[in-house]
Amino acid sequence: MNAPDAPLVAAKDFKSDTKPVWCPGCGDYSVLAAITKALATLGLKPENVAVVSGIGCSSRIPAYTSCYGFHGVHGRALPVATGLKAARPDLTVLVASGDGDGYSIGGNHFLHACRRNVDLTYIVMDNHVYGMTKGQPSPTTEPDWSSKLAPGGTGLKEFHPLVIALASGANFIARAFTGDPNGCAALIEQAVRHPGFSFIEVLSPCVTFRPEQRGWKTQVHAAPVAPTDDPGRAARRLMTDDGFNIGVLYQGHRAPYRLGNAASQTVEALECQFQL
Amino acid sequence: MARAYAMELEAHERYAQFAEQLDTHNNREVAELFRKLSHIESLHAKRILEEMRWPSMPALPPAYAWDTAEGPETALPDAVHYLMQPWHALEIALRCELQAQQYFEGIAAGEAPPGVRKAALEMADEEREHVRLVRDWMRRVPQPEAGWDEDPDPPRTTE
Repeated sequence: MNAPDAPLVAAKDFKSDTKPVWCPGCGDYSVLAAITKALATLGLKPENVAVVSGIGCSSRIPAYTSCYGFHGVHGRALPVATGLKAARPDLTVLVASGDGDGYSIGGNHFLHACRRNVDLTYIVMDNHVYGMTKGQPSPTTEPDWSSKLAPGGTGLKEFHPLVIALASGANFIARAFTGDPNGCAALIEQAVRHPGFSFIEVLSPCVTFRPEQRGWKTQVHAAPVAPTDDPGRAARRLMTDDGFNIGVLYQGHRAPYRLGNAASQTVEALECQFQL
Repeated sequence: MARAYAMELEAHERYAQFAEQLDTHNNREVAELFRKLSHIESLHAKRILEEMRWPSMPALPPAYAWDTAEGPETALPDAVHYLMQPWHALEIALRCELQAQQYFEGIAAGEAPPGVRKAALEMADEEREHVRLVRDWMRRVPQPEAGWDEDPDPPRTTE
């Protein structure tokens, strides 16, 4: 019997020497493992990948990879990644964020990144809480989640990121769960392969401030139907979704945005126009 | 045997991940125990390679689909706690070894070709021996007292 073929680059080659400082049992460890596995499976090399993030527990990921990385400003990972991809379309660009960073502080950038459909993979680790800043409710927190910082709950309806992504033009929409790191890796791999803006919502339990989320492992289930390319059908599915459907939920066919014109002038020539 | 290899390798990786997590949170004793468990699983994986005469360590095949999210010998990613004690780590290992034993027993009792069933029986015997070893190990470490996870000064608090 022959041994299964080993990929040219192994998952461990995408890990840096910096050790993660997340809480033991945090879902984000699985996302890191899934990203490194997916990149190895795709046959990429660390020097051809960039990981861009904003602020929050999830946004620590670039430092834990051996790829190029940019740990940016709160909520601003997507514009940085968009600029990078526009300037260096040869790079595979992943963007890491959380529900606070991505849907609140960076909410506006989320809408327009979906609309622009630049070829990026946006991975949002959603734990329904601001974990790094000690447990404030986030846009995806349930209205009745009571805590010391929000006694009785916020009473505010949750943000529905997958529906927003679809309405804004995202070309690939999926949901993953950190309790299934292999499944998560497979979804990231598919997202990277799919042209255009790919969005993966990853249910990533916060074991410190939302310990009850350990129970998600009993709630998640494979999406009961195959992914659709019909936005209307996808909208109906996502609007009635229970929040625990795992898998690819929408795969569109929009052509990704590419810069139409190459630079026609040198930087030096442009500078001349501004001389006083 | 490729499945058995994948299972051992996945368990090795998860224990190594746990060791790193507990190191970061200065729980050295449990980190060291997870490192030992990780090493033991890597030896099991290596032995499969030698028995199969595979020339080198192949990476974990990406397409392995278990009945569960991960291999039966892989601990759940959220199984650890920063205040956990060696007994808890061994409790995790025991659960994993029992699951592995049941997995191979299931294959042996199924409708796989005779050669596969024979190999599965051998693997089940091996996992049964691991269960015995972990139980022995558990008898040598103190059982945690009630309230082991209570921290009067938790590292992360909303106060």
